[in-house]
Formats: sequence, structure tokens, C-alpha cells
Amino acid sequence: MPLVKQGRLTTDLFVHVADGAELPGDGAVLVSAERFLADPEALLRRPGKVGVIWPNNRNLDDLVPHLDRLASIALVFPTFRDGRAYSQARLLRERYGYDGELRATGQVLRDQFVFMTRAGFDAFEVKKDADADAFAATMKRYSVFYQPTGDGRVTALNRRMQLRHSESAGQ
Amino acid sequence: MYAYDELDRTLINERVSEFRDQVQRRLSGELTEDEFKILRLQNGVYLQLHAYMFRVAIPYGTLSSKQLRRFAHVARRYDRGYGHFTTRQNIQFNWIKLSELPDALADLAEVGIHAMQTSGNNMRNVTSDQWAGVAPGEIEDPRIWSELIRQHTTLHPEFSFLPRKFKIAITASEHDRAAIKIHDIGLRLHKNADGETGFEVLVGGGLGRTPFIAKTIKPFVPGRDILSYIEAILRVYNQYGRRDNIYKARIKILVHELGIEKFAKEVDEEWKQMGDVGLTLDHAAIEEVRSRFSYPAYEKLPHMPDELKQAAHDKLFERWRKNSVFPHKVQGYSIVVLSLKPVGGPPGDASAEQMDALADLADKYSFGEIRVGHEQNLALPHVAKRDLPALFKALDRLGLATPNVNLVTDIIACPGLDYCSLANARSIPVAQELTRRFANHDTADLIGRLHINISGCINACGHHHVGHIGILGVEKNGEEFYQITIGGRADENAQMGTLIGPAVPYAEVADVIEDIVEAYLALRDRPEELFVDTVKRLGVEPFRERVYATR
Ligand code: HEM
Ligand code: SF4
Repeated sequence: MPLVKQGRLTTDLFVHVADGAELPGDGAVLVSAERFLADPEALLRRPGKVGVIWPNNRNLDDLVPHLDRLASIALVFPTFRDGRAYSQARLLRERYGYDGELRATGQVLRDQFVFMTRAGFDAFEVKKDADADAFAATMKRYSVFYQPTGDGRVTALNRRMQLRHSESAGQ
Repeated sequence: MYAYDELDRTLINERVSEFRDQVQRRLSGELTEDEFKILRLQNGVYLQLHAYMFRVAIPYGTLSSKQLRRFAHVARRYDRGYGHFTTRQNIQFNWIKLSELPDALADLAEVGIHAMQTSGNNMRNVTSDQWAGVAPGEIEDPRIWSELIRQHTTLHPEFSFLPRKFKIAITASEHDRAAIKIHDIGLRLHKNADGETGFEVLVGGGLGRTPFIAKTIKPFVPGRDILSYIEAILRVYNQYGRRDNIYKARIKILVHELGIEKFAKEVDEEWKQMGDVGLTLDHAAIEEVRSRFSYPAYEKLPHMPDELKQAAHDKLFERWRKNSVFPHKVQGYSIVVLSLKPVGGPPGDASAEQMDALADLADKYSFGEIRVGHEQNLALPHVAKRDLPALFKALDRLGLATPNVNLVTDIIACPGLDYCSLANARSIPVAQELTRRFANHDTADLIGRLHINISGCINACGHHHVGHIGILGVEKNGEEFYQITIGGRADENAQMGTLIGPAVPYAEVADVIEDIVEAYLALRDRPEELFVDTVKRLGVEPFRERVYATR
């Protein structure tokens, strides 16, 4: 599955390790929430970065204490219609200050990229090659945003007020 | 009127270009129908019985004459010359080609109209009182808040893939014309003891398979906090709303399963934790939006102009005036409701010619403004009383002066089996037959205010649960049957109707309704007692008897 990061197709450095499968001696791994929570310390002690795949119906409370030691959190879109991971992403970024990689996995299509980046995702396991190729173009689609989210983009309302402010200051 | 600025226009255009690309990818086969479905729904495009259906938003029911003219253009250029106004302050076109949809959207975008989120599992078009800004006694114009919420929820990155559709309605009047209690979130603007303006927030209302009246989750949320409070509700719903079963996915089910107290606690918890995330609306932000609403330069006019006194001798005019003309907050002006329910016509339809002509009348008599109400009627919100006689003549020529507003023939009906792929039964022909049965205006006038609502299936697009008389199409052994409920209402005292007995076949529906109405005329206390009030006083039993005694 192509991975888009920093706006570009990238090689995935993380190895998905299935539950029960043996961990490689070093290197970055991505494991399930169960596996991680069973013994977080052991995983984090091993050489190599650790990422966790967090299901979209699981409360983030169990994850929050480990955030500063995780290199990646992969949130799941079982279908592109299921938007629970958008809320999880915003909470991780905006409420809990998580600043590692936030990865979208599952049914990830180009038509969700804008929503996803706005919610805080910065890595995308994209389902179709063509969609991954179109990432940069898709991200240019919108220049106006109505609501504030943690991505820092200025809202239309704020732009209007700034404009008004500078107009009245100029008089 | 709200004026879109460069930023709003840019966003709409960007949306059109995105959709053009999505349609292209569908037509080339790059997108599967399953993938495309949700994308087209987010742009108001349904696949219906005969063709694609296109649903366009009319935010809070306010239209300019220019925008109405553009609907006429879309009807003519891309459809079969008419449009259908719906109970959601939308207009639908039934016969548009998929390949032409992006062009139709682009034409609409030029006048600040879009179809974003008129369907799909996201925040739908925010609806409001169709008399907003002109109704006497309202707290303030609720459209300012509707617009703030419209903007906040448009292409919201967290709430565009909710468990199910989500509808917000707002009223600022004592008398609720926005049916807020049958919405996912209902907002009632009022002032608290300190004179501060804010909202009573209701949640979990809705019709369909499992109808619920919304419950109050918070009696008062200050205006400045309304966006963050709505965001908290939606976040709880997005995370905990059921996704395993589409019939149980609406917020009303979550509220029902948790109980309102527990749900309210969850929301409060979320709200508290949210802290300051830039959603608080300070005075400047509210004023920024308020400043882009413009209001007519009303003249100082007499309460009772000579033109009106003279016209009082014209019986037809008087009949229409009594029925269709309503008080305005400015002296000398009126709100004029235009019935889209002519005898024998499909409720809510307007032809391109009617739309064009009405746009001209709005320019001439109503400062270029038109309103769309959830009863599937239109209104001219600022008509000088002296112009009423001339306006009546012009409307009459257009077939828009049927004097039946709020009467028995002012029927709300969904498209039913004539257009809808989900229907079990026809709705439009039932409505047409009923308008013929009660065509005599004197009889209708004698009966007084009586709302009939018809849906062609359990989804309740025609609001049948809250009709004074509700008619619901069901299917039995391949035949159309109809369940009849009475005593429902959608106003500030909203209530679901009660079933009066077994469903009746298509051919008998009009007779049954006539029986119910006759029973009411015999049973009412006095002529002023409304049908719903008689039902409330006596219950359904006497009506049940009257209907089923001979069947
Ligand atoms: C023609 C295509 C249409 C389709 C396929 C359609 C589909 C649906 C469905 C599936 C629901 C039930 C949703 C639920 O309870 O979860 C629904 C509800 C509703 N629809 Fe439609 N509809 C159509 C047209 C209309 C029209 C023409 C109107 C207005 C005249 C309308 C207004 C409504 C309203 C008011 C509800 C009630 C929602 C509630 O409060 O629960 N729809 N529609
Ligand atoms: S109530 Fe049923 S038949 Fe009528 S429009 Fe809605 S889905 Fe179609």
C-alpha cells in the first residue's frame, strides 16, 4: 500500500507486525493496541521506533499515558464512511498534544485527504496508487476553511475580521 | 439577505471543481458506484427511480430574486421545466443528467447557491423560521446564528462522515415555525433572567422509523458558546453513535439508549475538556456576520392604506388576504405566503415560468427577497400593504394565489412512488385527490386550520407523524395501503399523532379523511376549536368509531 508522507510518496519504514508474530530485533514496528498494551515497557525498551494501530471504537484514555514515547499512531477507517477516527485524530493533536506521526489507514481515498489533514493526519496509507499520486494536487483544492481546527489554518471569519481591522486601521 | 463575499464564493467554486473531478472519475470508471455514492450525496445528488435527483440548499429558507431566477434557469436548461420545494428548505430537480450536474452547480455557484451537504451523513442544511427577521416579537433575527452554524459545519473535517445525517433548526419566536422539536438539534433563541441572549438546546428529535420529540439538554447556552456546545454534542455522537445498523444510527437513538441525563453528562464532560479552541464567538465575530445581512429600507407607511380599504370590497381579494397575509414587524408591511398547493397540483412544485415571474414580483414588491417554508410554500417577506391588491392580481395570474394557506388543502407531501425509489405507495396523487375533495373554499374555511401530511414510506419525508392528520403509505401484498394518524403537530407543542386503526386501501383514503373531518365538525366545542385541539380533548376514539363503524 503506498504511503504518503510530507506530501510525497515515501517508503514505509514501519513494519506491520501481526499479533503473535515474532518482532524483528530492531527497526520500526507498528503493532496492535492489544499487543502494545499487554507490555508497553518491553516494546519501548527494544531498539527501534514503536507505533500503535488504534481501533476507532476504543477510547483514547489507555493510549494517552504513552503518547510521548510513540513514533506513530495509526488510526483506522474500516470504510471511508466511518468517521470516528477524525474525532480521535483531533483529540490526539489538539487535546493531548501528540506530535508524532499520525497515520490514516484502511479505506483511504483522495477525497478524504483534505478532511484528514485538517483533522491532524500527516501520513496516509492510500488504497489506490492513482490517489497517492494525486495527493499534492488534491491538497491544493481548497483555499478557504470555515472552522478552526488544530491545523492552524486561518478561518474565513478570522480573515474577514483581520481585513476589517486593517481597513479601519488604514483610515 | 446575507451577502456572500469573495471567500464564500471561492469555497463554493472550489467545491464545484472538486465535484466536477469526482463526476469525471465516476464516468471514466475510476470510481466505483459505492465510492462515488457518498461523494455525490455530499453534493445533493441521489439516484432515484427514473434519474438522478439533485437537491439544492436554500440556507434558512432565504432567497434573492436573482437566485430564484437561477433556479428557473436550471429547471429549464437541465431539467423538465420545474422544481420541487421540500420540507427541508431545499429545492429538488428530478431529471438531471449526471454529466451535466457540474455545469448546473457552476451556474448556481455564480449566484451563491450550492448543494453542499444537502444529503449524506453529515450536517445538513441549517433550517430556520421562514419569517426570520420580519416576524413581530422575535428575539432577534435567527438567521445570523443559522449562518454562523452553516459556516462552522460546512466541510467540517470531523463531522463529514457521521453515523447518519444530522439536522439543526433554529427559531427565535415564541411560536415555532421551524419545527425544532423534530430535529437532531433544535435551538430556541431566548433571553435569560440577566437579559443575555442564548439558546435552549434540544436534542434527539426526529421522525422516520422511530420518531422522537427532542428533549432539552440545556436550558441556556450563551450565544458566544453555541458553536463549541454543538461541537461537543457532535463529537460525542460521532464517537458513540451506532454504526452497526443504519436504522439505529441517528442521534435520537443514542439519546434514547443512554437517557438524556447521561447523554447530557457526556456532552458536558466533552464541552468542559474542550477548553478554548477558538470556537468562542466574541462580539466582533457575531457582528461581522450580522453586518453582512442587509435589511430593506422600509418606508414610513400607514397601518391601513386607502388601497387596502378599497380592495376590501373585492371578495376574492379579501378571501386571499385573510388567508395568506400575515403581520409584519414594521407598520404598513405584511408577510405574504404564496401557496404552492393549487387544486389538483403536486404540493411544492413550481414551474420555471412561475419562478421567473415571482422573482420579478419580489423585485417589485418585496425588496427582491423570497422565503421558502417547510410547509412547501413560498413567501414574500416585505410587502407594503398598499401593494397587496396589485400583488394579488399578479399572483392570481400565475396560479400562486390559492387561498388555502394552513387549510385542509395546504397539504405537505413527499414525492412517494412517483419519484422515490424507497416508496411503498404514492403520495402526490393522494394529495391531489384530497385537494379536489376539499376544493370548496367555504368548506375549507369552515374547517379552519388543519394540516395534512403525507409520506410514501416510513422515512417520513412528508412529516406524517406530526401532521394534524398524518397519512403514511405502506405496502400489503403488493398493494398500496395507508395508515392514518391524528393529533400530531410540529410547533412549540410538538407531538406525534396517534394511529386510528388498520390501514386503508388507496381508493378509500380520501373518504376516510372526509369522515374524520366530518366527525370533527360534529364534535368540536365551538368553531374556533382547532381540529388538533378537539383530538386532544376527546382522544382518537370518536374518530376511530366514525371511520371504522361502516368499514
Ligand atoms: C426523493 C428522494 C428522497 C429520498 C431517497 C429520501 C430519503 C429519506 C430517508 C431514507 C429518510 C429517513 C432517514 C432516517 O430517519 O434516518 C428521510 C427522511 C426525511 N426526508 Fe427524505 N428523501 C427524499 C426526498 C425528500 C423530500 C422530497 C423531502 C421533503 C418534501 C424530504 C424530507 C425529509 C424529512 C423531513 C425527513 C425526516 C427526517 C427525520 O426527521 O427523521 N425527503 N428521507
Ligand atoms: S417518505 Fe419515503 S417515499 Fe417519501 S420521499 Fe421519503 S423516502 Fe421517499
